[in-house]
Amino acid sequence: MLQLVLFFVFGTIAVAAAVNLLAQRHPINSALSLIVVMASLAALFLLMGAEFLAAIQVIVYAGAIMVLFVFVIMLLNAGAEERTPGSRVAMLLGFPAVVLLAGSLAWTLLARNPRPAPVALGGGFVGSPTAIAQLLFRDFLLPFEVTSVLILIAIMGAVVLASPPRTTAGAASPEPPAKRER
Amino acid sequence: MVPISYYLVLSAILFSLGVVGFLIKRNLITLFMSIELMLNAVNLAFVAFAWQWKSLNGQVFVFFVMVVAAAEAAVGLAIIIAVFRTRETLNVDRVNLLKL
Repeated sequence: MLQLVLFFVFGTIAVAAAVNLLAQRHPINSALSLIVVMASLAALFLLMGAEFLAAIQVIVYAGAIMVLFVFVIMLLNAGAEERTPGSRVAMLLGFPAVVLLAGSLAWTLLARNPRPAPVALGGGFVGSPTAIAQLLFRDFLLPFEVTSVLILIAIMGAVVLASPPRTTAGAASPEPPAKRER
Repeated sequence: MVPISYYLVLSAILFSLGVVGFLIKRNLITLFMSIELMLNAVNLAFVAFAWQWKSLNGQVFVFFVMVVAAAEAAVGLAIIIAVFRTRETLNVDRVNLLKL
């Protein structure tokens, strides 16, 4: 009973914050709404026994990734988004399409198994760091190492992309670049 | 006890809100945040199934999704900075040329 109440409280907060993300015109307000969504999802993870993931959700998602977003918003001095004819067309077409999508998703999820058995919480099923680590470093060792390479590539790509364009002096092109991109 | 279908429907709602955000918003950074919202909704579905089947594999998968999301955010935001440097706008309707 308590779990049902908690589910509805945090589910409502998540949906309301997601709607607020769409309603806000300024990116910084959207970013703060997204942090609320992530925090309430972390609470839902905790409700399902995923302790490690709840901590990671707060630390990595709401912490690191969203700080990156807010940092870029501040860096680019992004203002409120402007209305264009394209955005009106997108709004007219987008909402019916999404109602259709949500309806078909919910129907598919509910129609296959109209009365799924409710599961008991606990019962020894807790995604503790120990249990996750045993899976991660034993069964999923190769994917884990591959993701570390992926992160390395992402770091290098971010540095290359975000660094200001330099004039390629000499080696590659014989003539100097005609028009510098600014 | 919360039936798993409640979690799945909540996940579907959040995913659809992410899709609608991607469709109607015109700011590059907000589009990116909509993608993060969709990834979060899928994570919720993964954790719900892991809970239903009492298997931790779903939670490990969520871990990998988070790693990929972090890498995607780093590279994507760098691309946004590069786009802003050349076009001086964040509106996707104005980013309509491959070459300046």
